[in-house]
Amino acid sequence: MEYEAVIGLEVHVQLNTRSKMFTRVGTGFGQPPNTLTDPVVLGLPGALPVMNRDAIEKSIKVGLLLGCKIAEVCKWDRKNYFYPDMPKNYQISQFDQPICEGGKVEIEMPGENPAKMGSHRMVELTRIHLEEDVGKLTHYEQDSLVDYNRAGSPLLEIVSEPDMHSPEEVFAYLTSLRNSLVAAGISACDMEKGQLRCDANISVRPKGTTTLGTKVEIKNLNTISGVRNGVEYEIRRQVRAIEEGTEIIQETRRWNPEQKYTTPMRTKEMAHDYRYFPDPDLMPVKIDEAWIERVAKELPEKPFDKQRRYQKDMNLPYSATSSLCGDHLLCAYFEEATDLAKSATKTANWVVNDLLRELSQANKVDEFSEESDKVMTPQSCPVSPQNLAELINLIEDGKLTNNVAKELFPEMFTSGKTVSDLIKEKGLDQKSDNGEIEGICADAIANDSDAAEKFRGGKEGAINALKGAVMKATRGQANPKVVDETLRRLLS
Amino acid sequence: MSQDSPIFKTATELSADLTAGKISSVELTQAMIERVETVDEKVHAFLHLDKEDALAQAKASDERRSTGECLSPLDGIPVGLKDVISVKDQPLTAASKILENYRSPYDATVTVKLKQAGAVVAGRLNLDEFAMGSSTENSAYGPTRNPWDLERVPGGSSGGSSAAVAAREVPLSLGSDTGGSIRQPASLCGVVGMKPTYGMVSRYGLAAFASSLDQIGPFSTTVEDTALLLETISGHDPLDSTSFPKEIPSYSAELKKPAQAGVIGLPKEFFGPGMDDEVRAKVEQSIEHYRSLGYQTKEVSLPSTDLSIPVYYVIATAEASSNLARYDGIRYTSRSNRAQNAIDVYAKSRGEGFGAEVKRRCLLGAYGLSSGYYDAYYLRAQKARTLIRQDFERVFKEVDAVLTPTAPTPAFKFGEKSEDPISMYLSDIFTISTNLAGLPGISVPCGFTQSGLPVGMQLIGQAFEESSLLNIAHAYDRDHLYGRQAPNL
Repeated sequence: MEYEAVIGLEVHVQLNTRSKMFTRVGTGFGQPPNTLTDPVVLGLPGALPVMNRDAIEKSIKVGLLLGCKIAEVCKWDRKNYFYPDMPKNYQISQFDQPICEGGKVEIEMPGENPAKMGSHRMVELTRIHLEEDVGKLTHYEQDSLVDYNRAGSPLLEIVSEPDMHSPEEVFAYLTSLRNSLVAAGISACDMEKGQLRCDANISVRPKGTTTLGTKVEIKNLNTISGVRNGVEYEIRRQVRAIEEGTEIIQETRRWNPEQKYTTPMRTKEMAHDYRYFPDPDLMPVKIDEAWIERVAKELPEKPFDKQRRYQKDMNLPYSATSSLCGDHLLCAYFEEATDLAKSATKTANWVVNDLLRELSQANKVDEFSEESDKVMTPQSCPVSPQNLAELINLIEDGKLTNNVAKELFPEMFTSGKTVSDLIKEKGLDQKSDNGEIEGICADAIANDSDAAEKFRGGKEGAINALKGAVMKATRGQANPKVVDETLRRLLS
Repeated sequence: MSQDSPIFKTATELSADLTAGKISSVELTQAMIERVETVDEKVHAFLHLDKEDALAQAKASDERRSTGECLSPLDGIPVGLKDVISVKDQPLTAASKILENYRSPYDATVTVKLKQAGAVVAGRLNLDEFAMGSSTENSAYGPTRNPWDLERVPGGSSGGSSAAVAAREVPLSLGSDTGGSIRQPASLCGVVGMKPTYGMVSRYGLAAFASSLDQIGPFSTTVEDTALLLETISGHDPLDSTSFPKEIPSYSAELKKPAQAGVIGLPKEFFGPGMDDEVRAKVEQSIEHYRSLGYQTKEVSLPSTDLSIPVYYVIATAEASSNLARYDGIRYTSRSNRAQNAIDVYAKSRGEGFGAEVKRRCLLGAYGLSSGYYDAYYLRAQKARTLIRQDFERVFKEVDAVLTPTAPTPAFKFGEKSEDPISMYLSDIFTISTNLAGLPGISVPCGFTQSGLPVGMQLIGQAFEESSLLNIAHAYDRDHLYGRQAPNL
């Protein structure tokens, strides 16, 4: 029998607000343990939460971007359970009045090959709610240590409908969601820093049937590959269980990334009764039209919309747009450069090939740095969009060969010099100068009289040997058009 | 002790004496410390008194004054705090064993305001553990005794705060009121105690019992002093989301203005059976006095009154079960040394650290919030709470204040009600609806029983109309000043 998996995801995204969800202390990653704390974070007697308005605003932004219905009023509830990662032993969350409901995430499945666009569809969202993050526990043999730096950071939980059916779809969903959230500027979504975390609800059923199978929740899917592998493993486990006639129990399982399998954490019977109730320390939040309109003005173009625009309005090839549109900073760079450059396609190619290569090399050196602001972005790299446009225009004007440009670009990237600076420095701009090229052409004719004779005798192809010699002598730096004209003139 | 001693003076009088240079803050604070050393063995209002710290604050006040600077009328005057209000570097036990070794690393907003006003913040005052109780018998550190009769309770939960003022150990103190915890002990100890409108005084730094009901408020011997202390601690606080943005007038200045005699409502549900005869007689005398002052009185009805105790015990315990979850033996609370594993740390630390009443309320509250019971208990209680509030809203269309007894009986004996939680809960029957409706209420002493026990009456005002409420209370109080009578200790 053929089986179909039904998958829903709960994605947690840390919002990049300056201060925590309910207090003024700052947020951050990689700080010494328990330094980003205060009475509110530590749940000291008498401490009270005060809502972070920026977190609400960023949540509205996400909701609008994903086409959700923004609540007119959302409220705060306490989710009660005892665990040391949360000093109050309750988490402030949103239970029955979340900030966003509904919405969709557009996904693209892989095409036949990287140059071909894959199929697109919408994955339905159930809701998005805002809550406070918990602290981080590290377990040792004898005891456990807890770091409350993360505790109380604003955390957005994006819940999808059980609307995905394969690990590939899950991957596509996460990629698309991440691209949109990064483009909206609400989070860097770095999974390694825990800024984006994911739980999956998985069930399987015979293909063609519509009732849902028993749901299993998988936790600890904390890398993109972890999500793909974990989901893939769990689907196989459930199919195997059904085929073997074993009952699938409703439970929560943990993905073990090292051993690559899931193990039971708790069953339905062991599930917590969270005793949700409205947090009496906080007022409900009213979100009026004016607020929504103000946030709507700051919405970025959705990555897939941008991709379609590049293909349609700029005639860019699919492969270039797919490389560009996963990175909104790269897109911004590209748009700035292409405004000045004479060819959009060439600009796109330079950006996705040469610029991206140099950037990834530059960032490799800083791999172990914990400070994200040290990462070189297209905007902070030494080659400005103006510099790149200049380079492209020199090629287009025939003043620079593609080969020379390719050689110059890495140097522009490391030195920060413009292409015209480098041309001047290396004396490359002389090479379209007729005087020098004429001399070299004359030499070539003198050195290969055989080819010269053949050409004069009407053998058109013989000129290529002479051109090759000129190019060799100029190390490829002569303008081919000028060389061609000069040779023909000298031979006539 | 001589009646001229500063300890028998009101804060208003002391403020004048300090200004006139008749006394220094150090002298006053020293007198207070001596009084505590003399009488607190009997009364046990204090859980802790940092004498050095109090004297240092007093010295600073005197130095300010010597350079011509005076921060407020309270500059140099000692104020005792119920041991649920945080003071930086001072203990905060909430009268619980579980917080035995905790010191607050920060000041509550009311503490900040008192310090900014120059008051000498001195003493941690006894209470029922986590403010849960009506007799101060639930303190893990032993009960406070009523200064008028040491065999009797001072009321609660702010029994230490009321007894300390009644015993003249401090001229002023702060308590917290969730269902009557300021007004009932004020009544039983013969002092003035006021619960402001919910949202008037910041709760930041108050160890929470029931967040939607808790409110900090003053104790003093006169309404005049209450006005002085209330205007110092009130006002919007950005650290408390339930604090109300409203300009605070000078209540003490308002008291000096001639006030128009208004209409006083007498809710019939509060004058039924079950009330002590002497209490009834004293309250009726006070009603008569208002009539003699030109006030009109009018019988009104608050029909949902009988819902208030059940509603209160569902809502308050639900919030408490969650608010007290943080006392878990993990970080700052005492950890059981019998704990073998993580679950043990919670279960045993809480089992050993909490007293019986706290456990009872946490269990009750958790039950009421449990899946399957939430709708029947918590949600219904919230709806009934709306009815109670609407009752008052209706009545306040016709009257300026509502007058009731504060407590059904004068101070009762130790052990009299502690075995029967329900009879204890009923001692808050007249005060609880005020908290559920979020309204201001004040207990003013209105005489003594034949055996010499104080009786208090309660005046309930409209939300955020503290000024009017204080004026009405003052109209009675200035003619009687029962709170100025001191017990023999």
